[in-house]
Amino acid sequence: MSNKVTNQKPVTIVLFSGELDKAIAAFVIATSAASMGMPVSIFFTFWGLNVIKKEGGLLKGANWMQKMLNMMNYGHSRRLAISKMNMLGMGPAMLKVMMSRKRVPSLAEFIKTAHSLGVKFYPCEMSMTVMGLKKENFIDECGEVIGAVSYLSIAKDSQVNLFI
Amino acid sequence: MTQYQVDKTLDARGLCCPMPSVKTALALEGMADSEVIEILTDDPVSKRDLPLWAQATGNKLLGIEEAGTTIKIYLRKG
Repeated sequence: MSNKVTNQKPVTIVLFSGELDKAIAAFVIATSAASMGMPVSIFFTFWGLNVIKKEGGLLKGANWMQKMLNMMNYGHSRRLAISKMNMLGMGPAMLKVMMSRKRVPSLAEFIKTAHSLGVKFYPCEMSMTVMGLKKENFIDECGEVIGAVSYLSIAKDSQVNLFI
Repeated sequence: MTQYQVDKTLDARGLCCPMPSVKTALALEGMADSEVIEILTDDPVSKRDLPLWAQATGNKLLGIEEAGTTIKIYLRKG
């Protein structure tokens, strides 16, 4: 960002949830904060990792439990459930139509915009290990894999820290 | 029509929160200091949000005009 205000406190967001509505809420705040020149980091953990997964590759993981979990938890930014009224996928389909009618960007567009505004995406190492996921399972916008201490070292200086 | 010498116009009509602020931030990136941007929006919240955005980013709000449903916001890059 070319904004002159450089002494801005960072904004840190933990995205734990893997639902479309919650992910959009996180990205609305992330892109707004980034547009204001605030450095923004999103730490994707557990179900939230689905938001930054690449499309394809149903069978991920090393053992049968990881494979089963990843198959049942298959998802990426275009294929997420919503936290209420999912109705076997009818809910997200209708929400997407309603959003595009009001010209609200899709989650995939929000991810691109956030990236171009300099928002940092960090996948959580521990969840990745448990689920058997690798760095290459995530979209290219994704930054390095970090742990809780690295996240906290950014979060301790921030005044806006959200857990979604 | 307007009293400002406009260097760039951003048509953000039809877009709602947070896109007017995001588009403004991206548009200002390609502009030189003290150039003026005209933002067209029909999002009522932008009338409140964009002046706050300008304050937070160190850009100067020159004025707000309204023509029908279109709100015109003028900012000078700081």
